[in-house]
Amino acid sequence: MVEWTDKERSTVSAIWEKIDIDVIGPEALARVLIVYPWTERYFGTFGDIFSATAVLGNAKVAAHGKVVLKALDSAVKNMDNIKATYADLSRLHYEKLSVDPDNFKLLADCITIAVACKLKSALNPQAQATWQKFLSVVVDAMSSQYF
Amino acid sequence: MTSLTAKDKDAVRTFWAKVSGKAEDIGADALARMLAVYPQTKTYFAHWKDQSPTSPSARKHGITVMTGVADAVTKIDDLKGGLLSLSELHAFTLRVDPANFKILSHNILVVMAIMFPTDFTPEVHVAMDKFLAALALALAEKYR
Repeated sequence: MVEWTDKERSTVSAIWEKIDIDVIGPEALARVLIVYPWTERYFGTFGDIFSATAVLGNAKVAAHGKVVLKALDSAVKNMDNIKATYADLSRLHYEKLSVDPDNFKLLADCITIAVACKLKSALNPQAQATWQKFLSVVVDAMSSQYF
Repeated sequence: MTSLTAKDKDAVRTFWAKVSGKAEDIGADALARMLAVYPQTKTYFAHWKDQSPTSPSARKHGITVMTGVADAVTKIDDLKGGLLSLSELHAFTLRVDPANFKILSHNILVVMAIMFPTDFTPEVHVAMDKFLAALALALAEKYR
């Protein structure tokens, strides 16, 4: 079981409160598609996502970014039970979407960078450590139902 | 050889020109975050009296590392050739596991996002990520 100190819990909540899902979600997903272009393979129905300009102007990317980041809310509200909380989503990503689980880590890194742009120095080293610990637990949970 | 396109190199040089004045702060902050977020990296600094992220040794070392990155920007057209002696240092003396280059690169990117949020666009992000990856590859050149 993952152990969280009181300080870690309040750090994660405080960061989450400052995040506008409608802004950070699209930005994080756009960065994933631009910085790691092989991830384009999962979004065949999104139209033109083959250049940075196209990605940044693509409404489907923006909409999907919001969906993805909204899903993090379950983790923030269920920090003691993240693995169970994401079991169904994990199965979906394995069985239906066939997403390589390495990509979860890439998304986590892009979320961190988008959050860093927003929070700036408020994301101090300790806060970054806690936030990345939180995301790595989510990444593990998303990988948990794979084979 | 590296896969840095002319566009990538331009993006790196342009961004670096904007941020190079803060190179010392970038290096110190990136090193501090590496030690705080990935504590296993402290194993390389057992010889420091104070291994905490904000120690004078950590700051000094962050500056040293970033000076190397600055130098690499000037040698962006031939990283392998330009960083030969640094590669030998990392291979034969320091013997840093190359996985750690990725860790430090990530933290450099986070610091750039924090300090230059409007300039660190997705296009700059991918160019810097590619550049740091090419740098890491050049540093690992002499490992085996």
